[in-house]
Amino acid sequence: MRYIDEYRNPELLKKIVSSIQAESTKEVRLMEVCGTHTVAIFRSGIKNILPKNISLISGPGCPVCVTPNLDIDTAIEIAKLDDVIFTTFGDMIRVPGSFSNLENERANGADVRVVYSSLDALNIANHNPDRKVVFFGIGFETTSPTIASAILSAQNKGVRNFFVLSSHKLIPPAMKMLLEAGEVKIDGFICPGHVSTIIGSKVYDFIAEEYNVPCAIAGFEPIDILQAILMLIRQINDGKPKVEIGYSRAVRPEGNITALNILNDVFDISDARWRGFGIVPSSGLTVKDKYCQFDAKKVFIVNVEPENEPKGCLCGEVLRGVKTPIECAFFANSCTPDNPIGPCMVSSEGTCSSYFKYGKYSLHIP
Amino acid sequence: MKSDKILLSHGSGGKASHELISNLFLPAFNNPVLDQLNDQAVLQVGDVRIAYTTDSYIIDPIFFPGGDIGKLAICGTVNDLAMCGASPFCLSASFIIEEGFPMNDLQKIITSMGEIADEVGVKIVTGDTKVANKGYLDKIFINTSGIGIVDKGINISGNNAKIGDTVIISGTIGNHGIAVLSKREGFEFDSPIISDCAPLNSLVMDMLSVSRNIRCLRDPTRGGLATTLNELAIQSNVCIIIDEVNIPINESVKGACELLGYDPLYIANEGVLVAIVPTDEASNILKKMRENKYGQDAQIIGKVIAEPNKVLLKTALGTTRIVDMLSGELLPRIC
Repeated sequence: MRYIDEYRNPELLKKIVSSIQAESTKEVRLMEVCGTHTVAIFRSGIKNILPKNISLISGPGCPVCVTPNLDIDTAIEIAKLDDVIFTTFGDMIRVPGSFSNLENERANGADVRVVYSSLDALNIANHNPDRKVVFFGIGFETTSPTIASAILSAQNKGVRNFFVLSSHKLIPPAMKMLLEAGEVKIDGFICPGHVSTIIGSKVYDFIAEEYNVPCAIAGFEPIDILQAILMLIRQINDGKPKVEIGYSRAVRPEGNITALNILNDVFDISDARWRGFGIVPSSGLTVKDKYCQFDAKKVFIVNVEPENEPKGCLCGEVLRGVKTPIECAFFANSCTPDNPIGPCMVSSEGTCSSYFKYGKYSLHIP
Repeated sequence: MKSDKILLSHGSGGKASHELISNLFLPAFNNPVLDQLNDQAVLQVGDVRIAYTTDSYIIDPIFFPGGDIGKLAICGTVNDLAMCGASPFCLSASFIIEEGFPMNDLQKIITSMGEIADEVGVKIVTGDTKVANKGYLDKIFINTSGIGIVDKGINISGNNAKIGDTVIISGTIGNHGIAVLSKREGFEFDSPIISDCAPLNSLVMDMLSVSRNIRCLRDPTRGGLATTLNELAIQSNVCIIIDEVNIPINESVKGACELLGYDPLYIANEGVLVAIVPTDEASNILKKMRENKYGQDAQIIGKVIAEPNKVLLKTALGTTRIVDMLSGELLPRIC
């Protein structure tokens, strides 16, 4: 597998950085929506090399982080049921719910298994016909088509012991809500790469047209991200906001039609609760009635205590880009990756985790 | 969210493992040899200095590209001995086997252990076998212990790194972890990734033949290079700064890590060592390492500088960032 070093070529990097330095004159605040971008920005040290007038703000694009406690509490209650094998992406198992997390419940005897995709969960269901296998469906448009496809596959093969607990979210409605709320000034969006591979670039047009905010879709290598920043700076300078694709090796304007069709077949768009945002209209995915036999929310009726958020935790503000992790009193004191209070410190893509892991001592953090 | 139970992360070789050792084992077993927290104990017995180490092996899958649990059990313990400059003298091997385990698989594992012990030139002189009821454990667990002899005048320990020293890695990182993962999860890559599982005693002896002043040696197994460098920085109370562009990583491992959202610095290795050596001897040592089949890809990756107890990485962009120990289990990204 090649095509990685090319995107880390120091000479090319320096060229783009000099263009950014030469062309960027105004104070600008750019939001990287996606958690994988946040990690890549920290890992490569991009914040350190940008001129001081460019601030990068981390957005709500960490799927684990935006999952509200109520959904995690529900997951835990289902996982505790005797006949259930609860499957989840690994990042979720340490995220604290109101009272516990999946890792502790696993140590207490719940059968919680980490899988790499929903199809692994489907395999587990095939191998354990006497158990009920529940998959915790979290993630954005990148992951949800594969989960839709697992449901279709279960339907086609007559698998009756596979269920999805859908907590899926859609990215553009959250971006719209951020702009509507106006709590944080955003001069441009670095749009997510993987998500845009599925949904395309056209879905962001309303941001440029209605809100006059430039958008650039970026890949995940340092050159991709710097290229997108340069695109945004040029759009800002020209005063002509549009949606540009800086990740053309993966993203098309119309997206991945096959994936979108599968998604539409299996899920209905519904209002959804996001941590830090409350209810975001039309931002969630609910399993359609015709597939209700696979919908864990309908099949497993569990009692969930009223949710309980840790007082003083700023994850919600961090997810909206209103605060940075270092403004949180818990950050790096009582809240660390080994003893996290909020989800943004647990997930490898969480903003607090990135600030802690990569920025604790050495970075200039705006 | 602290737990009153043992979690998988307590065995990951990262921070939770360190806390468990420091808070539970060290106070209970209180003695100065253990307190050094090296991967082996070095003991003076009469005129002879012996190194003593033990390790248990549980791995899924038990057969993986480039090795199996048996080869791993020999190499791991031989390497723990080699990392203090000891030449392996003898080993023990204990097996805990699940009822119903295929005899053929056991034969394969034992044969592989015999072959690699021959290559190392070490005898397995004692052992034990237990069989547990089906379901009590997963297939087979192996424990090996080893005794080695440390030559006079050699003093290699994690607390010896000095400011100005040079950091060398003996080969490409991440191969073992990704090989095991790809086999376990059924990922296929263009070019198959083979575990680096190998005995490093001959490499260490070659290095010692050109320098008796090697300060620290350690094999970055669980927790990867990042965790090992942090351990050495803490033990020696120094800062280690490494250069991203000089760290050897093979293309397939890089690709797999990008795909899964892993940082190769945290992926396990089983046939790689990190050496901290005096800078004026570094090029000689490096040259000698590259002549050994297990050191062909050796590279100078960094140096030891003043600030205490941390590891820094110079990125390809020319900026510097912190490299922390592994925290929790290693998990793939979601999105």
